[in-house]
Amino acid sequence: MTVPIVEISDMCYSCNGQDILHNINLTLHERDFVAIIGPNGGGKTTLLKLILGILTPTRGTIRINSLEPCSHVTYIGYVPQNVNHNLSFPATALDIVLMGKYEPSRRFQRTNAKQNRREALAVMEKLGIEDCAGCKIATLSGGQRQRVLIARALVSRPQLLVLDEATASIDTKGQSDFYNLLKELNKELTILMVSHDLIMVASYAKSIACLNRRLHYHQSFESSAAVLEAFHSCSVDEMCPVGITGGNR
Amino acid sequence: MIEALQFEFMRNALMAGLLASVVCGVIGTLIVINRLVFLSGGVAHSAYGGIGLAFYFGWPYMVGATLFAFASAMIMAAVALKSKQRADTIVGVMWAMGMATGILLLDMTPGYNVDLMSYLFGSILSVPREELIAMAVLTMVILALIGYYYKDLLVMSYDEEFARVRGIPVKALYFMLIGTVAVTVVIVVQVVGLILVIALLTIPPYIAEKYTKSLLQMMLVSTVLGMIFICGGLWASYVHDLTSGAAVILVAGIGFSLSLLLDRIISIYQRQLWLKSHGSN
Repeated sequence: MTVPIVEISDMCYSCNGQDILHNINLTLHERDFVAIIGPNGGGKTTLLKLILGILTPTRGTIRINSLEPCSHVTYIGYVPQNVNHNLSFPATALDIVLMGKYEPSRRFQRTNAKQNRREALAVMEKLGIEDCAGCKIATLSGGQRQRVLIARALVSRPQLLVLDEATASIDTKGQSDFYNLLKELNKELTILMVSHDLIMVASYAKSIACLNRRLHYHQSFESSAAVLEAFHSCSVDEMCPVGITGGNR
Repeated sequence: MIEALQFEFMRNALMAGLLASVVCGVIGTLIVINRLVFLSGGVAHSAYGGIGLAFYFGWPYMVGATLFAFASAMIMAAVALKSKQRADTIVGVMWAMGMATGILLLDMTPGYNVDLMSYLFGSILSVPREELIAMAVLTMVILALIGYYYKDLLVMSYDEEFARVRGIPVKALYFMLIGTVAVTVVIVVQVVGLILVIALLTIPPYIAEKYTKSLLQMMLVSTVLGMIFICGGLWASYVHDLTSGAAVILVAGIGFSLSLLLDRIISIYQRQLWLKSHGSN
């Protein structure tokens, strides 16, 4: 049994008196590839923010490598959902990727700028955006910008990669390239992603969490057919009590 | 221009202007990229309430203005962090209330009062030596502070959530940024007037942002632009005997229009280049 990277037990998060997330239990081990699916308003992004330490749970605990969230900055790489904020910001794509290398606690240590640049460029090459390195972010397309943000998360060499609908604005070829890259990365790191793309989820994710206020975790599947089977049973509300396709609470 | 510098007031005015462009170039850049222009306007105007308070109770008026501006800036920052969507409304409320409080308190204070116009437009031509030294000290402190937190501010300004995940103390940094903005605005306002501060905080960074590729470049370019506007404005006001603050603002406004024109020319040029390389038809 491997050490759990993320351990969530009996966690609730409420806002305005309503439970957005109710009694969540989730354990992620090394090299897991978990996809979270669920209806809009089901609490997917909220769950990610709780894991990232941006929000704090109302009840229950979250442990990242048996530490509180927020004290673990180097373990997690985060790719946000929104790529269109701050478009006219004066920075090149490379600058944005290098932000992933920055650690405030190492302010006084001399960092090797050249080495950092080389690593950043290598990650960008992997994602097929090395040509954009010197471009201002305003001149990039939405898909390129998203890949820049993915590179920013990867460059810190995280143990856990958290993606919030990260492929939403990438083209078809880019998407399958990206999922293949994730599969490659999954050999070394744990991946937790929110996605609405059931076909991609079925062929790449190792396990699936259905989230609609409560969470139902489907352990590892043998084949993608088994995944689709699980979706099917979710929709008939038998196996998965959360009822992800119904959308009602 | 050179013969104008034989007057001490002119030398002081130039020094004050140059220092103001350094502070405003650096802080203005942070204000523009963090979309805090309205908030800084609010802080600057509500500081008038502090001036009223200081006169009413007989405190030194710098103290009143600084404390009042700092306090209202902290309230605005807290609101901005809590509900981003309605932050501008609260700033508007405090903007109006601060000014009104100031005017009423000055009404109730017997004797001679500072008038609103000198607060709005300042008097860059009558900057005393002590204020110049105060400004120089402020500039040093601000440059040191921003230099120390440069990377944190860079990451936070681009993506607050990601900054939080990277372990940057976003809340504290945000309060520090807005506190710095408040102190800057109040102290520079004493010297060059409110309107000139707003102009220097917004126009140079806006022009600089379009032509620069990093935050540091943007700060440097806006500082240089601010200096050009200040020198140009002071020269125009000296030669044509105009109000100096307004002349500086007008020069900056002309620079602003020229940059828009330049954008247009660049885009037409780029279009032609593109057509050429793609076999125009």
